[in-house]
Amino acid sequence: MRLIDILTTASSNMFRSKLRTVLTILAIFIGAFTLTLTSGLGTGISSYIDKQVENLGAKDVMIIQAAGSNDGGPGGGGDPKAYDPAKKVSATAFGTTTTVLTNADVAKIKKVSGIKSVEPNLIITPDYIVGANGKKYQMSAGPYITGTNIDLASGSQLSNSASEHQALLPVEYVSVLGYSSNQAVVGQEVRIGVTDGTGKQHEIKTTLKGVQQKGLTNSGGMNTNSTLTSAIFKAQTIGLPPSAINSYQMLIAKFDGNSTEQQVTALKEALKKDGYEATTFVDQIGSFKQVINGIILALDAFAIIALLAASFGIINTLLMSVQERTKEIGLMKAMGMGGGRIFLLFSTEAVMLGFWGSLLGAGTAILAGQVINDVVSKNFLKDLVGLQLLSFPLTSIAAIIGLVMAIAFLAGTLPAYRAARQSPIDSLRYE
Amino acid sequence: MNAILETQALTKTYGKGGNLFTALQNVTLTVAKGESVAILGKSGSGKSTLMHLLALLDKPTSGIISVAGQDAGKLSGRNLNLLRNKTFGFVFQQFFLNANTSVLENVILPLKIAGVHSGERKRRGLEALRQVELEDKARNKASDLSGGQKQRVVIARALINQPQIIFADEPTGNLDSTTGQRIEDLIFSLNKDQGITLILVTHDEELARRCHRQIYIKDGAIYVPARPATRPPVHPDAPTDTQPPAPRVKPQPPATPTKRLVHL
Repeated sequence: MRLIDILTTASSNMFRSKLRTVLTILAIFIGAFTLTLTSGLGTGISSYIDKQVENLGAKDVMIIQAAGSNDGGPGGGGDPKAYDPAKKVSATAFGTTTTVLTNADVAKIKKVSGIKSVEPNLIITPDYIVGANGKKYQMSAGPYITGTNIDLASGSQLSNSASEHQALLPVEYVSVLGYSSNQAVVGQEVRIGVTDGTGKQHEIKTTLKGVQQKGLTNSGGMNTNSTLTSAIFKAQTIGLPPSAINSYQMLIAKFDGNSTEQQVTALKEALKKDGYEATTFVDQIGSFKQVINGIILALDAFAIIALLAASFGIINTLLMSVQERTKEIGLMKAMGMGGGRIFLLFSTEAVMLGFWGSLLGAGTAILAGQVINDVVSKNFLKDLVGLQLLSFPLTSIAAIIGLVMAIAFLAGTLPAYRAARQSPIDSLRYE
Repeated sequence: MNAILETQALTKTYGKGGNLFTALQNVTLTVAKGESVAILGKSGSGKSTLMHLLALLDKPTSGIISVAGQDAGKLSGRNLNLLRNKTFGFVFQQFFLNANTSVLENVILPLKIAGVHSGERKRRGLEALRQVELEDKARNKASDLSGGQKQRVVIARALINQPQIIFADEPTGNLDSTTGQRIEDLIFSLNKDQGITLILVTHDEELARRCHRQIYIKDGAIYVPARPATRPPVHPDAPTDTQPPAPRVKPQPPATPTKRLVHL
């Protein structure tokens, strides 16, 4: 029997007992539907995270802290530590302490081979922002890191080499500050209020370069360029002792952006030997991604269990078919059809059940996904612009259909083997 | 003599030890090309077992079967399937038609198994249906046909691969006498006009008498009935040029009138 005949025969055999076939396909459908949705969810979230990392862009940046930071100390968890005058410690808001870094550390890290530049990550704490309508609103801010690709609603990225003060306005501030649109913000001047060490307030003017979208990596505060960051930092440290000014919780180091993963790891190791802990943005996002992947994996496992249950349906359906077609199998064998071809005929039928079930399941899941995406992006996830909760790349759909077909084939082997082994006379005699 | 089927000391047993059952014992026979042979016997006599062995559907416990001089026991499974597909045609009492597919689909099944292309399959299928005068039913479902029509479809299916031997197992067993007569005529015409060797398994004496030769099976062995058979003039126009060889066994059918129609 030629392959095309096997295919057409198996296909027409499949619909001889329509109800039974439909029910079996339905069981596979449920499994494939679930698997497609969960994998779509995984792909959607992962690609969103990847996009966020892409937004960060600065793949050549690592954040450096003193090793053993956040590991307890007075007021924190862990064992009490002996006082070390060489180690400056600062308390964090969470009651733990962190070892601070100084300009000496900056100089030391600069010498580590592979590090291109090191800058302190200045923590700036503005009080408010005043815009077009003259009302003051609380505002937090963070320094912009060169190479970062912030998701913008309007305007352009900041420049750290510019001598003017530049900032990006979070999108939710646009209307409260009295601007009519995102576009209207670009090029406008706002004032930022800062309190110095003596309790005196200063106002610093800055140009708004654009409006930034909300995202996982934009924590809600405005981004400020180096010039503005320094200005704010300078204002807020007026009246503070130099030791307080010259102490940083984090340093931002640049390395070669073309480094391989091994090179980055080696660089981290080298810094670790010097007593520093370095994390790249990819590391930070990576751990978040791991959690998501774990959840998706668990969901996938449920889908696979559904598919396994469906595979017993396939076995059952085909066993009944083999039983019903005993005479037919006997006849075909008498007419010279080999056992191998009989096996192929029945396992093809199993694979076809899997194919139709998974095709319908995946197709329906994609349609359902569009609806879910639509609903979700208009409601509780509308702040996360660009998030497609469920994403269905063609390759993963093909992989799911392939997987289901493989499961169906395995399920079909037992009935197909039985059919192949039948002796023609016994089959012809069978009543 | 040109033997198409030959057996030597064919024995078939089932079971083991105390449950050993001998279905067929020491059967040696020869069937010439173009001959029609009836295998007669009561049910359980072993006649069906003999047919299954001759048709290579089953393997003998001991003994040799040769098809056209080739020892079938030495053939690989693939070649055995090929031999059955190309050489044999089967006509069964219960038809074994696939009720859900068309008449044509049923007829071309052997060609499908042989891997013949669909165009040629259709052409030859219609040709075979023409031979049994059912060309107009080609598109009908097999289940819509009458018993006689079904058996004609089965005959068309048996003919389609131009077999050298047709095995017929009680071909008229499920048919009324008029229809049965027409099927008989059709089957014997294949033997007479196309020279297809016919091996007919039956317990119908009258049907068996239309064959060139009768082989009686009783308790798994060939036996020779006490009185010589009188060949009825069923074949008044029997060809004299294809004179069959002298029968090895001279069957002696009982004098009692036999039933024409046998329902199983």
